[in-house]
Amino acid sequence: MTDRRPPFWQREKYTPYLLLLPAVLTILFVVLLPLIFSLYTSFTGYRLIRPESLWQWVGLRNYERIFGDRDFWVAFGRTVIFLTIALNLEFLLGLGIALLINKITWGQRTLRTIMMFPMMFSPILVGYQFKFVFNDNIGILNNALQALGLSDGAIPWLVDKYLANFAIIFAEVWMSTSVFAILLLAGLFAMPRDPLEAAKVDGCNAWQVFRHITLPFLMPFVFIAMTIRSLDVARAYDIVDVMTGGGPAGRTELLWTLIARVGYDNARMGQANAMAYVSIVLSIAFTYYFFTKLMAARRYMGGAD
Amino acid sequence: MADISLKGVVKRYGRTEVVHGIDLDIAHNEFVVLVGPSGCGKSTTLRMIAGLEDISDGAISIGPRVVNDLPPRKRNISMVFQNYALYPHMTVRENLGFGLKIAKQSPAEIARRVDEAAEILGLGALMERTPAELSGGQRQRVAMGRAIVRHPEAFLFDEPLSNLDAKLRVQMRTEIKKLHRTVKTTVVYVTHDQVEAMTLADRIVVMKDGHIEQVGTPMEVFDHPVNTFVASFIGSPPMNLLPARISDGQVVFAGGTGLPVPTRLADRVRDGQEVTFGLRPDDLTPQGHGIARGGERAQLTLEVGLSELLGTETILYTRIGDQEVQGKMFGPRDVAAGERLTFDVALDRAHLFDTVTGRSVRRL
Repeated sequence: MTDRRPPFWQREKYTPYLLLLPAVLTILFVVLLPLIFSLYTSFTGYRLIRPESLWQWVGLRNYERIFGDRDFWVAFGRTVIFLTIALNLEFLLGLGIALLINKITWGQRTLRTIMMFPMMFSPILVGYQFKFVFNDNIGILNNALQALGLSDGAIPWLVDKYLANFAIIFAEVWMSTSVFAILLLAGLFAMPRDPLEAAKVDGCNAWQVFRHITLPFLMPFVFIAMTIRSLDVARAYDIVDVMTGGGPAGRTELLWTLIARVGYDNARMGQANAMAYVSIVLSIAFTYYFFTKLMAARRYMGGAD
Repeated sequence: MADISLKGVVKRYGRTEVVHGIDLDIAHNEFVVLVGPSGCGKSTTLRMIAGLEDISDGAISIGPRVVNDLPPRKRNISMVFQNYALYPHMTVRENLGFGLKIAKQSPAEIARRVDEAAEILGLGALMERTPAELSGGQRQRVAMGRAIVRHPEAFLFDEPLSNLDAKLRVQMRTEIKKLHRTVKTTVVYVTHDQVEAMTLADRIVVMKDGHIEQVGTPMEVFDHPVNTFVASFIGSPPMNLLPARISDGQVVFAGGTGLPVPTRLADRVRDGQEVTFGLRPDDLTPQGHGIARGGERAQLTLEVGLSELLGTETILYTRIGDQEVQGKMFGPRDVAAGERLTFDVALDRAHLFDTVTGRSVRRL
């Protein structure tokens, strides 16, 4: 028997790397390279209509511009407010729905399925749906209000500064409240009954039981939903683009509608990519925050039963 | 600290009645154990006292107040649950103080009473841990601590030891007994374990199928069971129950073996009556291996089958007629299978139950 060693790809210690190679290559080409490329372009004056500008290195100029760009910071602030309002509304409504469904004794599964319907629609279609609901001339909302005699004029739902933002949040909440409702309902189903009864005997009224026992138990589920939804809302684009396109006059401009406008409409891809990198910091910040909260809340749940 | 009284208490779930009109008076500071097989309604009864279940009919009062319509929080009782029911997101200290915090006690008062409870139960080193970091026994101790800090009118225990392993169960049983001695309060304790019932109770309430079968001190229930159910449920190993017929002052078993009717019961039975003869294994002992105790005796020579050595005693499996019975041998020696021994039957401690009604023939 010869003592010749097999070629390296047949040796056992290389097997894991060999098996991982396709995945690593895929990630490299699909995720990492575009990421590096976009990071590079954010340091250039790259314009889509002038490909040679890809080699025009401008250093930090794109980033410096952002910090002086009022439109960007307004969109940034509006996104944070949008996210805060939407997430809180979805949380409160989702919690309410979950608590109500938890109380009923039959039809829970059916209702849970029905609740998921809004999530099954494409956000673009939800955007169109609400665009027509809120349209000031032909929208059913204004029609209904007028028919009921509650309003005699055409309320400019998608034009007025506050109403337009309200309309978009409404659409967002309509579509995604069920994320919270379903996750919180799962939490309520998993909740042990004994601590609730112990709290009742310990002197709690219904509100105190909810406040001190039920809610802390649900918090991990809340934070999971918050993490998912904060990522979702921080990249909100489709609904907004369809309903108002960020307008009128930038009154509903969020980060990603602004970035898309700068990148594609104005063709300043370098600038847009710089904005995108600043925006991602926002997403990471929210995700990190909720994830830390989730970890803290999960630690004690091992003793729930 | 108050007496608890149940008058005609009924529990129905829809059309199914699970507790059929229970009457029970529990005295101030008394330790009462509700015992019975699963599904006998003991836990439901306890939960009705706690206010966690509605009362379908009848009345429950704690102290002078009828509490039927009071929510649990207004009944001033504490409850210890089978699964501990600790609040998982709170430390031991917060768990103990939670009830007081809800009752808006001052922080100083909460700290004082929590420390007092921790002292009684030896929880000092665990105060800053969460329930997830405690063992089963420690969790149960915290649950008991949570009950005593509130100085309630009564403690309710719902099978508190059934999730613990055998050794810990014995230890916690002693602790509960001590606790009741330290913290004088009315206790209602539910268990399916007759040993717990015997060791803890001032009075035992034996329940079956939503009825109370017998109420009495452990000794009364053990020595004078009112029917065959109580006789077989209380005591371990269980009482031998043998079908027999009264004939000519003899209790005649199937197969022809006979024993004299115990003298104290002679005028309570009539010739030809179908009876069930009850005899605890302790009262069927080989000669020279019984408990020295005077009284009416009879002798039977029986063939021993299996024997189980327990150390201080041996359980002997034998037959009277065609009935399998168990006897006990105190101060045991080796017994070979098939060995014939003469047994003393302690007739003064034997029981006779009417076969038709299942009730004891003695004057009740």
